[in-house]
Amino acid sequence: MTSTLAAGGYAATTAADGGVLSYAWLMIALPLLGAAVLLLGGKRTNAWGHWLAIAAALSSFVWAVLSLGQLLGRAPEERSVTVHVYQWIKVGTFDIDLSLLIDPLSMTFALLITGVGSLIHIYSVGYMAHDENRRRFFAYLNLFVAAMLVLVLADNYAVLFLGWEGVGLASYLLIGFWQHKPAAAVAAKKAFLINRVGDIGLLVSIMLLFTTFGTVTFHPVFESVDGAGRGLMTAVGLLLLLGACGKSAQLPLQAWLLDAMEGPTPVSALIHAATMVTAGVYLIVRSGPIFEAAPTAQLVVTIVGAATLLAGAIIGCAKDDIKKALAGSTMSQIGYMTLAAGLGPIGYAAAIAHLVTHGFFKAGLFLGAGSVMHAMNDEVDMRRYGGLRTVMPVTFATFGVGYLAIIGVPFLSGWWTKEGIIQAAFDSGGLTGQILGWVTVLGAGLTAFYMSRIMFLTFFGTKRWAKDANPHESPAVMTVPMIILAIGSAALGAVLVVNYTLANFLAPVVGAPAHEFDLVHMLTSPYSLAALVLMIVGVAYAWVRYANDKVPVTAPKGNFITVAAREELYGNAINEGLFMRPGQQLTRATVAFDDHGVDGVVTGIARSVRAASENLRLTQTGFARSYALTMLFGAAVVVVTTLGVNLA
Amino acid sequence: MTIPWLTLAIALPALGSLIVALIPRERVELAKRVTLACTLVVLAIVGAMALNFDPSGDRLQFTEVHPWIARFGVHYAVGVDGIALTLIVLSALLVPLVVLAAWKEQEEAADRGKGYFALILLLEAMMIGVFAAIDVFLFYVLFEAMLIPVYFMIGRYGRGEDRRYAAMKFLLYSLAGGLLMLVSVIGVYAYSAQAGNGTFLWSELAGPEGLLAGVDTGAARWLFLGFFVAFAIKAPMWPVHTWLPTAAGSARPGTAVLLVGVLDKVGTYGMLRYCLELFPGAAKWFVWPVVVLSLVSIIYGAIVAIGQSDMLRLIAYTSVSHFGFITLGIFAMTSQGQSGAALYMVNHGFSTGALFLLAGFLIARNNGSAQIADYGGLQKAAPVLAGTFLVVGLSSLALPGLSPFVSEFLVFVGTFTVLPVPAIIATIGVVLAALYILWLYQRTMTGPLREKLAGVKDLSGRELWAVAPLVAVIILFGVFPQPLLNVINPAVEHTMQQVDVSDPAPAVGVDQASGQEGADE
Repeated sequence: MTSTLAAGGYAATTAADGGVLSYAWLMIALPLLGAAVLLLGGKRTNAWGHWLAIAAALSSFVWAVLSLGQLLGRAPEERSVTVHVYQWIKVGTFDIDLSLLIDPLSMTFALLITGVGSLIHIYSVGYMAHDENRRRFFAYLNLFVAAMLVLVLADNYAVLFLGWEGVGLASYLLIGFWQHKPAAAVAAKKAFLINRVGDIGLLVSIMLLFTTFGTVTFHPVFESVDGAGRGLMTAVGLLLLLGACGKSAQLPLQAWLLDAMEGPTPVSALIHAATMVTAGVYLIVRSGPIFEAAPTAQLVVTIVGAATLLAGAIIGCAKDDIKKALAGSTMSQIGYMTLAAGLGPIGYAAAIAHLVTHGFFKAGLFLGAGSVMHAMNDEVDMRRYGGLRTVMPVTFATFGVGYLAIIGVPFLSGWWTKEGIIQAAFDSGGLTGQILGWVTVLGAGLTAFYMSRIMFLTFFGTKRWAKDANPHESPAVMTVPMIILAIGSAALGAVLVVNYTLANFLAPVVGAPAHEFDLVHMLTSPYSLAALVLMIVGVAYAWVRYANDKVPVTAPKGNFITVAAREELYGNAINEGLFMRPGQQLTRATVAFDDHGVDGVVTGIARSVRAASENLRLTQTGFARSYALTMLFGAAVVVVTTLGVNLA
Repeated sequence: MTIPWLTLAIALPALGSLIVALIPRERVELAKRVTLACTLVVLAIVGAMALNFDPSGDRLQFTEVHPWIARFGVHYAVGVDGIALTLIVLSALLVPLVVLAAWKEQEEAADRGKGYFALILLLEAMMIGVFAAIDVFLFYVLFEAMLIPVYFMIGRYGRGEDRRYAAMKFLLYSLAGGLLMLVSVIGVYAYSAQAGNGTFLWSELAGPEGLLAGVDTGAARWLFLGFFVAFAIKAPMWPVHTWLPTAAGSARPGTAVLLVGVLDKVGTYGMLRYCLELFPGAAKWFVWPVVVLSLVSIIYGAIVAIGQSDMLRLIAYTSVSHFGFITLGIFAMTSQGQSGAALYMVNHGFSTGALFLLAGFLIARNNGSAQIADYGGLQKAAPVLAGTFLVVGLSSLALPGLSPFVSEFLVFVGTFTVLPVPAIIATIGVVLAALYILWLYQRTMTGPLREKLAGVKDLSGRELWAVAPLVAVIILFGVFPQPLLNVINPAVEHTMQQVDVSDPAPAVGVDQASGQEGADE
């Protein structure tokens, strides 16, 4: 399975030779074990279950750090290590090993997942303190971490799919965590279903890859891409994109994400902001060689990214539910990443860098929103907030840092990584590059507006609280993770982007950066200046509209754009009109057809046989006799038919 | 000296059935205990057989051949390959669980007699026999004889007003198929006699050197059809499926477990063992019609399942969809497709078996109602029951990590390599499966708890014992399916040799320069 030759600039992979990396599966096994203990242990584990879950997530994080250390100890071209765990499925030449691929890309994700994951575990101790099912919540969180690690550490598409569906399950369980709420149950099912549509893409791409290459392992597939032809690779690319759209809530499979906010807020932070929803971006970047052999697929990726970037931002501008506004933002930010990933090697590192910083600031923003909701009796309507900055100073400060980071205030994390994407889009050249570039710039302005709207509605202006609201700052177990994420939101971008630290680290997987790091260029390019100007305009406009005492508690009707944005650009209406209602009709018709059509014919035949046999038996009744009669009838048929056969 | 394992496994439950029948009428408790003990001993015997089975050894193992009706070449001949063995293990595992689950059902059933338990044991003997038979006539006899216990299990010991109707419908459907098969069975004998040696021994009939090799094309197709229609009714396949929802809806959940979990597998097993291997040419000729029917079954079964208001009928329709995958895999004629199909039979038994058992537990808690609308919010009162229901439901929609995924995935891969368009169409079933399962879960378990369900108890110890083993194997074989596949694969390889088909080579193959990846293939 190992030591294949490098091709196309992609590092070869070697087998793990002992040490920390050989036990990389522990990263997955520990949280999985945690989940199992909590779920099977039942109520006995109520008292300490959450601490066990945190310990599992943290030890997984520690193992990831140790693995990173060992990886960094190797020469860059040797930083791709396969860890064979066991043979999962083998029939004929279809041979799927449960093997892990430890390389810079997978380790970047592993660190993000276990790091941010651990923080959110800790935060949840406070947030879920009063929930009678807290133990189950932590079990699901651990399950999620394990599944997400399977997804990013897999060395082949089949095992990736295992993780892919695993996180889908965790997402389903956690969106629907409050099962007694019908809305939560419906949202969970909706998320699973829409994701299943995307999964079809991944599933078919796996079949297509196996049929084409006889293997679904990353490295051998990538090395053979050239022989397969552009049409085939375009098909694989588009299928993978379909999968990515489902998981990452990109158009046209975006409709589940806003409803997913029915889940507890830590879930929104971890799964529906920082990690799981970015899996689509991972998939595209990981499958880089396939997309590079399929320019059409790449173009579609960028279009999907650009469209979702704008759609998410527009939705984010109009939602009054703080979590849904943030979810619109998540769609939009992942749109940025998808767009960058579609640009090919010049965009991969930018996409991943933004993914990592977004993981920090968006998780921080969601935890902040959770802290606010915690203080406001689970109120989510921002029109019922206002003036919270004095009551919740820590939440205000940490949310504020995340806010400044996401809108792209220079030198904060979001600025570094968003600039990377803007630059990559324009660098990709041609008219397409110009269009994509200006979309990313325009997006920066929209981001500034909708985020400022959230910020001002929540923390500034007059107090529009409900009568029984008595907001207070959250306990330390919640604020400390928020502070750590805020530090990351402020500084991580510089750490990753200055001198292209992350890009160079990722180079063995995604290719080396196209040019030298140039801060002056970053600051003075007309595009970044344009983005800066639009950002200021966005903030100023939001300030005028929302940071005052004229915000109505009930939303005004708004113009048609506002209405459309509130309706999530009619995504749900389209799904209902196109699939749900016709589906219901089809179901009803098919059931009727089955009951009266198919079964009707059969019972009809039975009835006529019965009528015939009634004539035969006359004086006899009872089922045993009819059985005998049928046998007789059958035997006659047999004799006749056998004669027929023999004559033929 | 060899131990006649299979005969033991067949005779013991048959004997047990007789003993239970002789136990005085009022001592139902004793009858239950004898039944359970008997099924556990059978499980132990079958388990020992499984451990002694050598996957790399002869195709048929534990064979016993004794002349029965010498004049017509009929033998009492039994033996198993990997596929038959796994199905026998499945049967032996499910029966004790059904007995456990039926323990209390019995007290509320229409007929409280111990006869139900005698019938279960009789059925177990026949189920093991039918999978073990390697004589076409013996197979046919058991195939038909199985109808008798099931007829009474539904008609006499079933649920609701319609149970007699359901039992009769089941019987007539099955008999119709059985008669067609009888024609073919006789035909098989006639042609083997024509070839010089009238026999029903499967090993002498099948294969390129077998006695049926010389049957002319047209006749082979007719003979194939005789078997196939019988198996399609048994499986059940669209459009001859309507007996199953009726039967499952009127059967006790325990009966439904055996009916859908094991008996229906006789149909798909028969296709693999008899249709394909006795008539390879005809089987290849019928690939497209069968594939089309499979696709219809997959999608149609799922859609009708979504529209059901009775949970037992819903589960029955999901099986129509699942059986579509099995027949698709069989007729894809690739190793992945057929191993996937064979594994699917086993996994479907675990998964749907557990689903029926849980449905039974639900019904027992709600005054015998199987109407989905009578449920709601149960997770609040019975979290363990709800959680188990969800895990089993997720296995039914083939979630990766649970055993049915492996088989469905293999069927997809195996089908796609030769029939890409049907494979893609079949993926619609994957989406629909999520809908029928999750919607069922949503309607029964989530939302506010219904008032009349307020006092409902969670799973009892007995119930947990009945369903936990299935959940355990579902997870175990989802994560480690290879032990099962190692047993099934050689049998499939044999089948493919007999049918003279082979897997297609990859279109491109991995990079020649890297070499190593391709080297071990």
